Amino acid sequence: MSMDVDAASASASQPGKPTMSGTPTLEARGLVKAFGHVVGLANVSLKLYPGEVLAIIGDNGAGKSTLIKCLSGALTPDQGEILLDGVKVAFKSPTDARMAGIETVFQTLAVAPALDIASNLYLGREIRSKGPVGRFFRKLDTRGMRESAKKQLSDLGIGTVQDITQKVETLSGGQRQAVAVARAAAFGSKVVILDEPTAALGVRESGQVLALIKRLRDRGMPVILISHNMPQVFEVADRIHIQRLGRCAGVITPQSHTMEEAVAIMTGATTLEAGTGDGTSPGAADGSDRTT
Amino acid sequence: MVRESETLGARIQHGLHRHPAIGPASVLVASVIAFSIANPRFLNSTNLSLLVQQVAVLATLAIGQTMIILTAGIDLSVGAAAILAQMVIAQTAANNHVPGVLAILLGVAVGALTGFINGFLVTRIKLPPFIVTLGTLSIYTAIGLRYSNGQSVYASAMPKVLIWTGNYVNIGPYQLTTGVILMLVLFAVTSYALTRTAWGRHVYATGDDREAARLSGIKTDRVLLSVYLVAGVLFGLAAWILIGRVGVASTNNLTNANLDSITAVVIGGTSLFGGRGAVLGTLFGALIVQVFQSGISLAGVQSLYQVLAEGILVIVAVALDQWIRKVRR
Repeated sequence: MSMDVDAASASASQPGKPTMSGTPTLEARGLVKAFGHVVGLANVSLKLYPGEVLAIIGDNGAGKSTLIKCLSGALTPDQGEILLDGVKVAFKSPTDARMAGIETVFQTLAVAPALDIASNLYLGREIRSKGPVGRFFRKLDTRGMRESAKKQLSDLGIGTVQDITQKVETLSGGQRQAVAVARAAAFGSKVVILDEPTAALGVRESGQVLALIKRLRDRGMPVILISHNMPQVFEVADRIHIQRLGRCAGVITPQSHTMEEAVAIMTGATTLEAGTGDGTSPGAADGSDRTT
Repeated sequence: MVRESETLGARIQHGLHRHPAIGPASVLVASVIAFSIANPRFLNSTNLSLLVQQVAVLATLAIGQTMIILTAGIDLSVGAAAILAQMVIAQTAANNHVPGVLAILLGVAVGALTGFINGFLVTRIKLPPFIVTLGTLSIYTAIGLRYSNGQSVYASAMPKVLIWTGNYVNIGPYQLTTGVILMLVLFAVTSYALTRTAWGRHVYATGDDREAARLSGIKTDRVLLSVYLVAGVLFGLAAWILIGRVGVASTNNLTNANLDSITAVVIGGTSLFGGRGAVLGTLFGALIVQVFQSGISLAGVQSLYQVLAEGILVIVAVALDQWIRKVRR
């Protein structure tokens, strides 16, 4: 698991105040994506710094999903570039993005219900036993995978799951979400993208997932969170990227704006004036973020 | 997940959910006890030996069927593929004077080809497995008939190695055949591959939820194609066991193989919806089918009741599967 130690300790000492200087872990510059005559993304830029939770909000059709799909390799943008740790990358498939360290938890959880938790955590990247048994008979290191799966879950504070050999279909919705998030977090990823992780969950289960997001952030892992739920966004996000009609309508923080103001910007009732708050104006959001 | 408030029914449900082979194993034990009460000769070593010898071909075919059903598919061309492989083995050896071992390899290769064609049509042309194998059932049957001209090949015309699978192996009072041993080895190998390797996990994940498996980075089409291919190899090996068992290669063999193999898989606890089950359960399932056939005839009951019992067992097994699947909250 490779993570920026400085960023991790900085954010751990000051939760909610990520270091917004230096190279962003993930950066998008001027992304454009059109579907025929429909403009999905019109020149959208975004910066994600180590150890921060960046929420993306917006109405239906605002371009949230298109933006996320471009970042996770499910779509290829028509124009613009994506930089990972300052290096330009081009993803042709979700597998490319995953190999580069961007893990996405899709709204429809990519878990196999009939397999157990450990098998699901390692699905698609199983570890073979060491020595000839693994090499010639391709035997899996089942015990090793179970042990490290258990450790990963407890590191993330998922204490409600006691039995790592339990089939995923016997878990509650929140526990399943936790398994999917844990899998995303476990594989040395640079970025975790969560698409509506609490949409199908109850209050208590949502709380568990939000706590999980905070713990990921405190470990220095930057998280992109797509959500419709304003109270939740304002609870966990360090910055909030507002999408409107395929454009970025502004980047605010929970401190600089209220929920009502965020919704007003999102729906177009008001526009974000230049220089307000902690975020950036719509013009500045395209390229430069706060540089203090 | 055992909660204190759980009723006995819920506890049974959870137990079966975790260990799906328990169901068919208990049915097997219960039916053996019942038939031995009906006629004590059932437990006779000769009868039990014959029963196991008879089950070898069906059980081998059912392994391939299990793997395909685990991927949420189905194979209706099982019998036709095995018959075609059988005729290739027998004809090339007896009529074209191909060395026996090579003839067997040719037959297995033909079996693999039939599986590959099914898998290709399922993964590349994206046709439902039911339709694909319904079509290839007729196609492979027709090719088998055309190739053999409907002529049977008898053991006397075959090299020894073709009927090697019919050789007896004595274990205590029981008389098995090398075909039975081969069948058991195939069960062990496939069980290992399905439960202890990454490929096995991918087979289960693909059958469970194909889209989720794909998003997890599994090349699902490649997994499906490999399953049909391996199943084809197993059908080719079953053809060899069949020649040794029957002593004649004929297109009239294996008339009920398609439905019997599906019956064995379903009774064995593998879900027709994919992703759930095990080849061990299928071994029990195949034995149950054979125990009913043998036991009912020994009990002096008309054989139509055997057919009746098999039908009831299938429905009970699928109903049980539905009930077990409800554990998912």
